Amino acid sequence: MPINYYIFLAVALFCIGVAGVLTRRNAIIIFMCIELMLNAVNLLLVAFSKMHHLALQATNPNAGIDGQLFVFFIMVVAAAEVSVGLAIIAMMYRNTHSVDVNFLNRLKH
Amino acid sequence: MNTTQLLFWFLSIVALFSAIMVVVSKNPVHSVLWLIIVFFTISGHYILLNAQFLAIVNLIVYAGAIMVLFLFVIMLMNLNADTEPQKNKWLKIAGVIGGGALLLVLVAALKDADLKNQIAQTGQGEIGLIHNLGIALFNDYVIPFEISSVLFLSAMVGAVVIGKKE
Amino acid sequence: MSNLVYLVPLFPLIGFLINGLLRKSLSKSLTGIIGSGVILASFVVSLLIFFEVRKEGFTPVIVNLFDFIHVGNLSIPFAFQVDQLSVVFLLIITGVGFLIHVYSTAYMHEEEGQHFARYFSYLNLFVFSMLLLVLGANYIIMFIGWEGVGLCSYLLIGYWFKNIDYGNAAKKAFIMNRIGDLGFLIAVFWMVSQFGSVSFSQVFAKAPNTSTAVLTGITLLLFVGATGKSAQIPLYTWLPDAMAGPTPVSALIHAATMVTAGIYMIARSNILYSLSPVTQTVVAITGLATAALAATIAIKQNDIKKVLAYSTVSQLGYMFLGLGVGAYTGAVFHVMTHAFFKALLFLGAGSVIHAIHNEQDIRKMGGLKKYLPVTHITFLLACFAIAGIPPFSGFFSKDEILAAAYEKNHIYYIVGVAVALLTAFYMFRLYAMTFQGKFRGTTEQEHHLHESPSAITIPLIILAILSVIAGFVGIPEVFMKDSHALGNFLAPVFAGSVSVKPIDTTADTQLELTLMAISVAVAAIGMIYAWARFSKKPELGEAHGFGKILANKWYVDELYDTIIVRPLNGLAKFLNNVVEKSIIDWMVNGVGKAVQYGSRQIRLLQSGQVGGYVLLMVISIVILFIVELFLKKG
Repeated sequence: MPINYYIFLAVALFCIGVAGVLTRRNAIIIFMCIELMLNAVNLLLVAFSKMHHLALQATNPNAGIDGQLFVFFIMVVAAAEVSVGLAIIAMMYRNTHSVDVNFLNRLKH
Repeated sequence: MNTTQLLFWFLSIVALFSAIMVVVSKNPVHSVLWLIIVFFTISGHYILLNAQFLAIVNLIVYAGAIMVLFLFVIMLMNLNADTEPQKNKWLKIAGVIGGGALLLVLVAALKDADLKNQIAQTGQGEIGLIHNLGIALFNDYVIPFEISSVLFLSAMVGAVVIGKKE
Repeated sequence: MSNLVYLVPLFPLIGFLINGLLRKSLSKSLTGIIGSGVILASFVVSLLIFFEVRKEGFTPVIVNLFDFIHVGNLSIPFAFQVDQLSVVFLLIITGVGFLIHVYSTAYMHEEEGQHFARYFSYLNLFVFSMLLLVLGANYIIMFIGWEGVGLCSYLLIGYWFKNIDYGNAAKKAFIMNRIGDLGFLIAVFWMVSQFGSVSFSQVFAKAPNTSTAVLTGITLLLFVGATGKSAQIPLYTWLPDAMAGPTPVSALIHAATMVTAGIYMIARSNILYSLSPVTQTVVAITGLATAALAATIAIKQNDIKKVLAYSTVSQLGYMFLGLGVGAYTGAVFHVMTHAFFKALLFLGAGSVIHAIHNEQDIRKMGGLKKYLPVTHITFLLACFAIAGIPPFSGFFSKDEILAAAYEKNHIYYIVGVAVALLTAFYMFRLYAMTFQGKFRGTTEQEHHLHESPSAITIPLIILAILSVIAGFVGIPEVFMKDSHALGNFLAPVFAGSVSVKPIDTTADTQLELTLMAISVAVAAIGMIYAWARFSKKPELGEAHGFGKILANKWYVDELYDTIIVRPLNGLAKFLNNVVEKSIIDWMVNGVGKAVQYGSRQIRLLQSGQVGGYVLLMVISIVILFIVELFLKKG
């Protein structure tokens, strides 16, 4: 597949994620949209890795493997981040009995 | 069109539709479910690109663990559609426009990129196989690998500490 | 000796510093000795320089002290010029100045210690500035002295600063001086641009080759400065008000020295004036008009010092008339004789005021000749001198000016003689009402009337002697050949003017004697009439009718107030209220308000809403992308 298609798909998914972050007020939904953005990036990275593999296959049989390894690490980080983030949201809910991010403006006081 | 292309288009459309539904759904539980479908389609894309290991890992980690966690938290807080707080209409429009603008800018930037005609190899390629990934991971990237275990440790400790009741 | 000329101004400067800085610790007698002693030292040095200048074949000596201003091609050294003109003025300033300092030690003895010392330090500073003025070898050094005497005039007129009227008189003097100084400065700038130098030697050398229009402009502007300093029309109204200062100050500054600065300046620049006939006419007419105006005012004044003040203005008018018709020697001669008799008149008036305990109204005096014999005789001699009665000094100098005026224009002569009549009239009115008749003051005052101490009377006697014999240095040619010693002495200074406009020496002897006889007769008539009338029937009441206009000084002060002072005040108020408050303050405060408004608006960004922050972030990224990827390429 021409790489363009993957690029546009990933960009579209990413922008939908951005729109979701900006539009929703529920903290959990916002978090999920962030995950969506991460996945879009993962997809693109894998596509690029295959592109490089195709281009440089002759010289280096392992060309392009870095992309997929990086995706692996992104997943690792995403997992860790989700666990901590949800803990924070749970804590926020315990304090304010709501998951509305607008209530976070109490930080201003 | 051959199978590959067909599959690509099908998976892409489902992915995009599901992503939009994630953002638009009123009920948080529905959003989670749509997100799981997005993950399935993305895994489908990975398989298409012959990144087998990643496809499986994506399913296990994301759809299996992370989304389940999300569901637990949503159930815990007893969120459903009517308790969903609504944003100011103008801000919603601003958000959509913001996202849309980003999309336009990126597309415009990339449409004339030189790598237009490069091909992402589908269906073949040794590098997606677990055997090769494993070798590369434990030879060249062993240090990040070890450190990621430390990262997990700190995340666990952090989650426990934050989530503790007083 | 002439290269030690810097000692002459240095001594008074030292006196100023010592008396000024140590004024709280010095005793009064020590202050008086230091103050007068330094002037005596300057006088001795001036005398030695005079003997050197008198020798045959003396050429002007320029003593360079240091480089004062050096900019590009313009070089103005701090230099003194020693020649016949400056040495004559040196002798007058230091000689009469010394006598007045001695007089002041007795006159001011009622002042408290530090104020006494302040007086003497100011007086010394004044003499220093005046010496700089006459010794300067270029217009800038002259201007330093010019400004300095203006400043000291202000300090000394407002000496009794606790009285607000005196302070106002001092301010008036200083401000009117300043207006004249503007003319002087513009002339100096013009000279710099025209001649590239302000040194006398260079300017006078280049003057004959310059266009008449330029020279007329420069000389007119210099004359504007002279009208301010020497109290001519239109800048003369400060001098009568300046009588608020102590009487010795009036004697020194406003009779003998500062007011003659203008005369000196024009005499020094004689070549420039001889090359500008238009300016000379202006000078002559202004001098004549001032002389006439002041004389008419003097005949109706009742304050002893005010009469003398207007008399000074009138006599200065005579001197300018002399300068205007080209009689430079005559004008300088009159400066010298006027210094003697006017200082004597003022010091005598001070002696009278001292005796009657600060009464200055002549309607409350009278019959003082038996109580103050020395003062009476010296005052009378001075009155003869100023009226122009031969063989007193005033006759010779005034006559020389009148003769030259007749040569130029008969009308000048006629008006001049009329003014001489008025002069004799008001002087002897003053004399008669003060010393003749019966004493009209209180019996209390009468018991305390006594002659002043010798520190006062001895300077009076010395000045009286000078007033009598000083005329003989300037005996006119008509009586004997080559007899005008002063004229011969000053001839080299005025040689340039003479070469431009040769003086007609073939004057008719008969004509000259006739003119002299007329002026003497006129003066005698005025004198005898006034003496007789005012001894018997002193003018005690208030003036009325035309006399009222004269007594109110032709309402000139009121005219200036309406035309100049009030509009200026109005303009200043307008500028303050409108421009300053509304516009400038508005702008400055507006900047502050704008910053406050802006920061208030920007503060709204920090709402604490996370969503808002993320939105901003996304929008900024979009903008960055646009700029980076699309705008930078093009």
